[in-house]
Amino acid sequence: MTAAVDNLPGRGAAIEPRGPKPKRLTPARIGIYAFLIIASIFFLLPLWVMVTTSLKTLPEIRLGEIFSLPQQPTFDAWFKAWDTACTGRDCNGLKPGFWNSVKISALSVPISILIAMLNGYALSFWKYKGADLFFALLLFGAFVPYQVVMYPIIIGLSRVGLFGTLPGIVIIHTIFGMSILTLLYRNFFASLPAELFKAARVDGAGFWQIFFRIMLPMSVPITIVAIILQVTGIWNDFLFGLVFAGRENMPMTVQLNNIVQTTTGTREYNVNMAAIILTATVSLVIYFLSGKWFVRGIAAGAVKG
Amino acid sequence: MQSSVSIKDLSLSFGQVKVLESLDLDIGQGEFLVLLGPSGCGKSTLLNCIAGLLDITDGQIFISGRNVTWEEPKDRGVGMVFQSYALYPQMTVERNLSFALRVARMPKPEIADRVKRAAEILQIGPLLERKPVELSGGQRQRVAIGRALVRDVDVFLFDEPLSNLDAKLRSDLRIEIRRLHQRLKNTMIYVPHDQIEAMTLADRIAIMRNGVIQQLDDPHTIYNRPKNLFVAGFIGSPSMNFLNGRLEGGRFSVDQTTIPLADYAFVNPPQDGKVVLGIRPEHVAVGDDVRRMPVQLESEIEIVEPMGSDTIAWTKVAGQPFTFRAASEVHLQPGQKVAIGFDPSRGSVFDAESGERI
Repeated sequence: MTAAVDNLPGRGAAIEPRGPKPKRLTPARIGIYAFLIIASIFFLLPLWVMVTTSLKTLPEIRLGEIFSLPQQPTFDAWFKAWDTACTGRDCNGLKPGFWNSVKISALSVPISILIAMLNGYALSFWKYKGADLFFALLLFGAFVPYQVVMYPIIIGLSRVGLFGTLPGIVIIHTIFGMSILTLLYRNFFASLPAELFKAARVDGAGFWQIFFRIMLPMSVPITIVAIILQVTGIWNDFLFGLVFAGRENMPMTVQLNNIVQTTTGTREYNVNMAAIILTATVSLVIYFLSGKWFVRGIAAGAVKG
Repeated sequence: MQSSVSIKDLSLSFGQVKVLESLDLDIGQGEFLVLLGPSGCGKSTLLNCIAGLLDITDGQIFISGRNVTWEEPKDRGVGMVFQSYALYPQMTVERNLSFALRVARMPKPEIADRVKRAAEILQIGPLLERKPVELSGGQRQRVAIGRALVRDVDVFLFDEPLSNLDAKLRSDLRIEIRRLHQRLKNTMIYVPHDQIEAMTLADRIAIMRNGVIQQLDDPHTIYNRPKNLFVAGFIGSPSMNFLNGRLEGGRFSVDQTTIPLADYAFVNPPQDGKVVLGIRPEHVAVGDDVRRMPVQLESEIEIVEPMGSDTIAWTKVAGQPFTFRAASEVHLQPGQKVAIGFDPSRGSVFDAESGERI
């Protein structure tokens, strides 16, 4: 161990190298750290401004010192954003939007993931004639711009009476999540040893038994990834919510927009900031909570067992 | 011998690629058959066809006298053991073993009985509560065999079961599979990892090439009387020496060397023409033993490979490469001239055109 210490730059070079190579602080490394610090300030500064502004009172905001700490921190703006801020004629805050988003996500996420999982499973293990073509078409769906298909879908959904309803928006999210999720699951299942599937077949398990008893329990890591993708995607969605959900089911993002964009009265920056943070919280929490699982999931998938 | 697995006129093609071509094979009750061949020869494919995991293009498969050509894998009475073990990772060993029985909705006491019996045979009783990740390679393969065992099937299919194990474990498990076969007396069809597995385990070996069975015989016959050049070159390591020459009046001649073939057991009366004489490196004598051999030659050693138990030397005979295996006590050096001898009646003569044994 002493060799490593003695071998620091500037000391005698006559020391025989032994043990771990001493780590040096090179200019390149300093540059990297400097860049990382600047980049994190760049991304954290807006958050700082948002949090401090949301805790300030309106007179304090008018002073224009956006980086300063609030003199008398107050959560009034947060309560207002949640409970009483006005979106057009209603003054119920973000609360109804939050619960609408919860409803939409709680239905869309499991349904889309379950169907994609089945798709991927069938495409990987039960190859039927034209399976590859079907998969290619499904993938192509990921590249279709939403705007192109928006109008036909509106017509179609209203014909069957689902336009502007909760089932309508759930169907939309399921369909538009299908391409990427199927790709995710197909690739995951394709990476599993085919012998596992063969063994299960020799053991007498059928399509559903193999799916539920063997493949489903094995796909926990990739499912966590899929849940993260879907929850954040659906929670942050604005366009589909605005168009397809209908007045009753406006998601939080749409309601947030209505609060921020409202043109009557004074602009309450503190309320706006609080509302934005509230809306973003769910996605942030998902990232923070899943971080550990995310890594664990990837690691678990990497180990052959 | 009553046939246990019988394959009639089996063909399988993927698009334009013919993997198996009108293949016929009869496997007796309780026989240990090994399918051997270079990679891509269709041996694993054949195994998958027997198991029902691949849809065949043409032909029929009978197992225990029943036509199972259209049956699902589970209804064929086969158990299969895979190279990657293919254990269900989220299940304990006990659950792995009982999976097929649970799928078949067997009564619980009987499941417990069968699992217990299989665990006893394979000595994996203490591991029943563990997950596959907590097992060593050898233990995993035992569980994989156990999974086939609990189903009480007529036919076991092994697809390179020992490939993922290290050399020591492989030879241990090889003996164990042999023992298992002697105890259970099931029919076993086995695709081995290497020739040693094939030679040691098999009652009969089927040598395959491009989806066609080249020779189906017991290991002794395959080794000593290979039917054609391919089989002769494939079996044995280092592989058989081939001397290209001519057959003239019952004598083999190459350059100035003539080798009498008076004692050689020809399949058909020989005709003069181009032939290949095959001599196994281990049938070549050096040192004092040379004097007892009908054919004696002088050759210069080019390369020496000491293997521990014996030594392999590379030389040339009549300008053609020739290897021989010598006891490790015999001291050999590159450049050294040694006398070598062999008995052509232990060799094999092939027609140079068709490659068939003559």
